[in-house]
Amino acid sequence: MKQYAIEVNHVSMLFHLNRERVDNAKEYVIRFLTRKLHYTKFWALKDVSFKVEKGDRVGVLGFNGAGKSTLLKTIAGVLKPTTGNVKVTGVIAPLLELGAGFDPNYSGAENIYLYGATMGFSRKFIDEKYNEIVEFSELGEFIDAPLKSYSSGMKSRLGFAIATAVSPDVLILDEVLSVGDAAFKAKSEQRVLDMMADGVTVLFVSHSTESVKRICNKAIILTKGQLVAEGEVNEICEMYAEMVSKK
Amino acid sequence: MSSKISVFRHRDNFLKYRYLLGELVKKNVKLQYRNSVLGMFWTFLQPLLTMIVLSIVFSNIFGRGSEEVVNYPVYLLSGRLLHEFFTQSTKRGMRAVRTNASIIKKVYVPKYIYPLSSVLSTFVTFIISLVVLAVVIIFFNIIGKDPVAISWNIFFAVIPIIILFFMSLGIGMILCTLDVFFKDVENFYDVFTLLLFYLTPIVYTVDRLGFAPGSWQETILKINPMYGILEMFRAAVLHSTEFFAFFDINQLWYTMGFTAVMLVVGFAFFYKCQDRFILHI
Repeated sequence: MKQYAIEVNHVSMLFHLNRERVDNAKEYVIRFLTRKLHYTKFWALKDVSFKVEKGDRVGVLGFNGAGKSTLLKTIAGVLKPTTGNVKVTGVIAPLLELGAGFDPNYSGAENIYLYGATMGFSRKFIDEKYNEIVEFSELGEFIDAPLKSYSSGMKSRLGFAIATAVSPDVLILDEVLSVGDAAFKAKSEQRVLDMMADGVTVLFVSHSTESVKRICNKAIILTKGQLVAEGEVNEICEMYAEMVSKK
Repeated sequence: MSSKISVFRHRDNFLKYRYLLGELVKKNVKLQYRNSVLGMFWTFLQPLLTMIVLSIVFSNIFGRGSEEVVNYPVYLLSGRLLHEFFTQSTKRGMRAVRTNASIIKKVYVPKYIYPLSSVLSTFVTFIISLVVLAVVIIFFNIIGKDPVAISWNIFFAVIPIIILFFMSLGIGMILCTLDVFFKDVENFYDVFTLLLFYLTPIVYTVDRLGFAPGSWQETILKINPMYGILEMFRAAVLHSTEFFAFFDINQLWYTMGFTAVMLVVGFAFFYKCQDRFILHI
């Protein structure tokens, strides 16, 4: 029996889109009374099923609005699917929008503990990895300065260093490999490649078939929330290139 | 069977994120004082200054001449500290999910951690601010004007404080859930807390208002759970030597019952709606 790292079973995700966002009671009551509370139903994902074997590196291809981010968020546990379910085995490290858990008034050092805690790490674990994180982020003495004085490059370097400090079983990459300057980019790519050598399972979202080919061995294509193709990376990338040229 | 598994899952999840809860409480308390020259001192200074202002304004109207109040400034300060904790913690709890929307949208975190940490961190500053109450009592006892007799019974004050904490948590969870869907809850609640300030005997005593026992005005005042909590707290602080003469067991049952209902409703409501939070924040 094969071991699966990620199992996505018949996942559908329904959003109620309102033409205007109703987020206060006055609007709600007025629209309710005047019967203008229309919602447009929008299926961001429609009955998507696939399985990812342990150690596979899967590229997720699709046009804007195809449901790629929604899919990753359901796998990361941020969104709960309307129907269906997602099973992930092992530790998952979602590298989605690094540094979402940072507090600008906290110093870099304090933020390492805060962000680590947000990712579900224990104090002991962060203590152990602290030096490695500081070193990898190349922040040096700035680590004690408040985060609001950091440049965006410094922030993403720190975020990347913390998020990858854990040795995850599943890594979710949403085009975050473009953090920092060229040197740091190379370094972060190297870290991801090292993890892949250790057999980590990767889900990688990209528009570029080039980088998907470089990192992945398998790929899937999403179109309007539906899974239209899955298979070996070269085959799928060819299909995707064809879809792009037809568009 | 399945409910048993789910209880364990919740417990394991809580244990996993216990450290995050601690970090968030620490952060809220720490950042409150960072960049302020007087720092932690504000926790003492703010209630002390408001006590002085309110004492000057209200002592002629409600304070002096009423025999049932041992010491008006202490009476006022004890009421205000508890009321301030209640309003601040519920307000912060109310905004907790909205303020942390950017995290909740991107990383999986048990969402109740945010309102819980807001109420907890306000509780920490509240406990520290109780030092001010002790200092004021000692001050009046030293100068010998309206001294407050103290006995070990003062530690019965822990009971209303614990009840108040859980009541604030329950109400904070309800408000937090509502606030995700309707942001104007914040405006309503601002007005409500002002109303609550006047409905609660903070600057006045209920007896002093002169309502007939059993009148509808008196019933309204006593139905407010803050009334029972304050009465119990003051029985322990202002009347510790004769605590049991002032302590009303019915207030204990009433406030505990009210708190239990708020907690159950708060968590149930929050859990029922939390999967839809992300669509609204």
